[in-house]
Amino acid sequence: MSLLEIKDLKVRVDGREILKGINLEINTGEVHSIMGPNGSGKSTLAQVLARRETYEVTGGEVLFKGKNLLELKAEDAACEGLFLAFQYPVEIPGISNAYFLRSALNAIRKYRGEDEMNAMDFLPLMREKLKLLDMNETLMNRSVNESFSGGEKKRNEILQMAVLQPKLAILDETDSGLDIDALRVVAQGVNAMRSPDRAILVVTHYQRLLNYIVPDRVHVLVEGRFMRSGGPELALELEEKGYATAETGRERRV
Amino acid sequence: MGNPPASIAPLVNQEYKWGFVTDINEDRAPKGLNEGTIRFISAKKNEPDFMLEWRLKAYRHWASLQQSDAEPKWANIKYGPIDYQNISYYSAPKQKANLKSLDELDPEIRRTYEKLGIPLEEQKMLAGVAVDAVFDSVSVATTFKAKLAEAGVIFCSFTEAVQKHPDLVKNYIGSVVPYTDNFFATLNSAVFSDGSFVYVPKGVRCPMELSTYFRINAAETGQFERTLIVADEGAYVSYLEGCTAPIRDENQLHAAVVELVALDDAQIKYSTVQNWYPGDKNGKGGIYNFVTKRGKCLGKSSRISWTQVETGSAITWKYPSCILQGDDSIGEFYSVALTNNYQQADTGTKMIHLGKNTRSTIVSKGISAGHGQNTYRGLVKILKGAAGARNYTQCDSLLIGNQCGAHTFPYIEVKNATARMEHEASTSKIGEEQLFYLRQRGLKTEDAVSMIVNGFCKRVFRELPMEFAVEAQKLLSVSLEGSVG
Repeated sequence: MSLLEIKDLKVRVDGREILKGINLEINTGEVHSIMGPNGSGKSTLAQVLARRETYEVTGGEVLFKGKNLLELKAEDAACEGLFLAFQYPVEIPGISNAYFLRSALNAIRKYRGEDEMNAMDFLPLMREKLKLLDMNETLMNRSVNESFSGGEKKRNEILQMAVLQPKLAILDETDSGLDIDALRVVAQGVNAMRSPDRAILVVTHYQRLLNYIVPDRVHVLVEGRFMRSGGPELALELEEKGYATAETGRERRV
Repeated sequence: MGNPPASIAPLVNQEYKWGFVTDINEDRAPKGLNEGTIRFISAKKNEPDFMLEWRLKAYRHWASLQQSDAEPKWANIKYGPIDYQNISYYSAPKQKANLKSLDELDPEIRRTYEKLGIPLEEQKMLAGVAVDAVFDSVSVATTFKAKLAEAGVIFCSFTEAVQKHPDLVKNYIGSVVPYTDNFFATLNSAVFSDGSFVYVPKGVRCPMELSTYFRINAAETGQFERTLIVADEGAYVSYLEGCTAPIRDENQLHAAVVELVALDDAQIKYSTVQNWYPGDKNGKGGIYNFVTKRGKCLGKSSRISWTQVETGSAITWKYPSCILQGDDSIGEFYSVALTNNYQQADTGTKMIHLGKNTRSTIVSKGISAGHGQNTYRGLVKILKGAAGARNYTQCDSLLIGNQCGAHTFPYIEVKNATARMEHEASTSKIGEEQLFYLRQRGLKTEDAVSMIVNGFCKRVFRELPMEFAVEAQKLLSVSLEGSVG
């Protein structure tokens, strides 16, 4: 079934139109990728879907699990199962990573009317996911993202996703700043989360992440509009010929 | 800077949850201050002559000052003139004299304390907290006295100490804060009505946390309590005070004095959770908290630690300080000060290094929200004889919204070239980005703010006894409710 449905979405930032009519449908079980050059509106789309309020939606509609996503607060969208892996994860000094993650999990559980999880029950769950991402447990006692390396921050995002088990995970440039080994580990973590009742949206500038997380559909975003959509082979074509061909491709089709 | 992010809007005041008034009979002095008032207070307390004489000296000194012109004017705070003749300087609940047990306490007062959550009840004594509760001006009940007496620890109201331990009081009162110290300390010395007294004898580790709970109930009264804690050689004591007051439209004056004395190898840990009524969201009413707190590390290798969490009061003017007189003595100051709405705080510390190899640590965390103005003011003074002295100061400010202010005034005076000084400072703002990150993980805005603030204060909370650290965290969350829309 359709998990996310975006219809003619238009978004402004500081009076400038960034997204100029986006249409996209993602079903559960699918992995989609949005590719595009810098400044094409990829991150804006990711953040609008996560309900960041600094963006002004000027038109269109977004349905998430059949609900009007644009009416939900950021925390409610999260509790409904929408997760954003940040391009630049934020530091929270003085709050341990473990405490933060358990608080997030419990906020979501509470929203769903489930019992909160105590520290004792949380520990084995956390350890299992740490192992999946080849992360050291000492990271959990450190303040959230504080003095984490770039790679540690990105792994930490995927760790959170693995613990929170979202319905829709949006990965915003998760590959940026990762060396090839870290990239493999992160991709492995994401692939382990592929499931028939979850969808993943991978936002990236480069094709290389898609060697490891192979998408069902690839969409090319240029200047706030999707120029082309296709299968995983489209990513390879872009890697070879650059984003300019995406536009000529569109012109050929028109 | 551009416009504030949409999620950080002007503040809405939270309900002050301790604002109830208790309806009891009071025994109070007529308004105004003259020698007669001093004699009235002293007579009410049946004080020995030395105490009355000391009060009168303080009063005459105070009367010689040019009244409100003599109030300290250097602080970064603003308030209208205080009419010292329009205050009642003594208010006590009327009750039977000499309570034999807690059961005899006025049930209304008992209920007040229950609302405040003070562990006066028998079963709560198991929690290990001995409470000396000061209601308006008189200490109404002291728990745990027997157990403390066994250890030789004296913990009683100031009034009782003057009666039963006059030599100790005479010896130490004014030895750290002389009655001429400053305008408010002088006023307190003249009219102080009660407070707490602690003496821990040689080599004794006080078997429990001691706690005093202050509450201002009566209208148009000032509270002028006085606390004196003496730790004899090798003794240890940890002391906590908490404060609340009912909601009233007029401002109320609270001018307390706290003196600590640590002899050789003694240690005193003094923790405060201050939640006086801060005034409403427009800045009307609230407590003027003008307090002089000072400790003297008199003996070698002694140690005094101040930890304060200041969330209440309309105005806070307070500098818990240490005089490091004994060689190798240590002074510490850990502070969280929060100002929301129209609250003003000018707070910090003074570390005066006299002895050799004396060390001091200052960690100050200021949080400003709404139109709150938060000032850190600190003096580190290394005198000539203080060879090898060291100070570490860390001073951080956190801003919530963009109508509040954070100010820092560090003063450093070094007269000995062997001193080592470190000073770190930072100012940060709770950003929309941080909040969005936490909210995207499912946390409500208020929980997100609370998490960021608690993380910011962690270094200070770590210094509080466990149960008070939990209370302080809750208090911060409540005080910040509605600070981010």
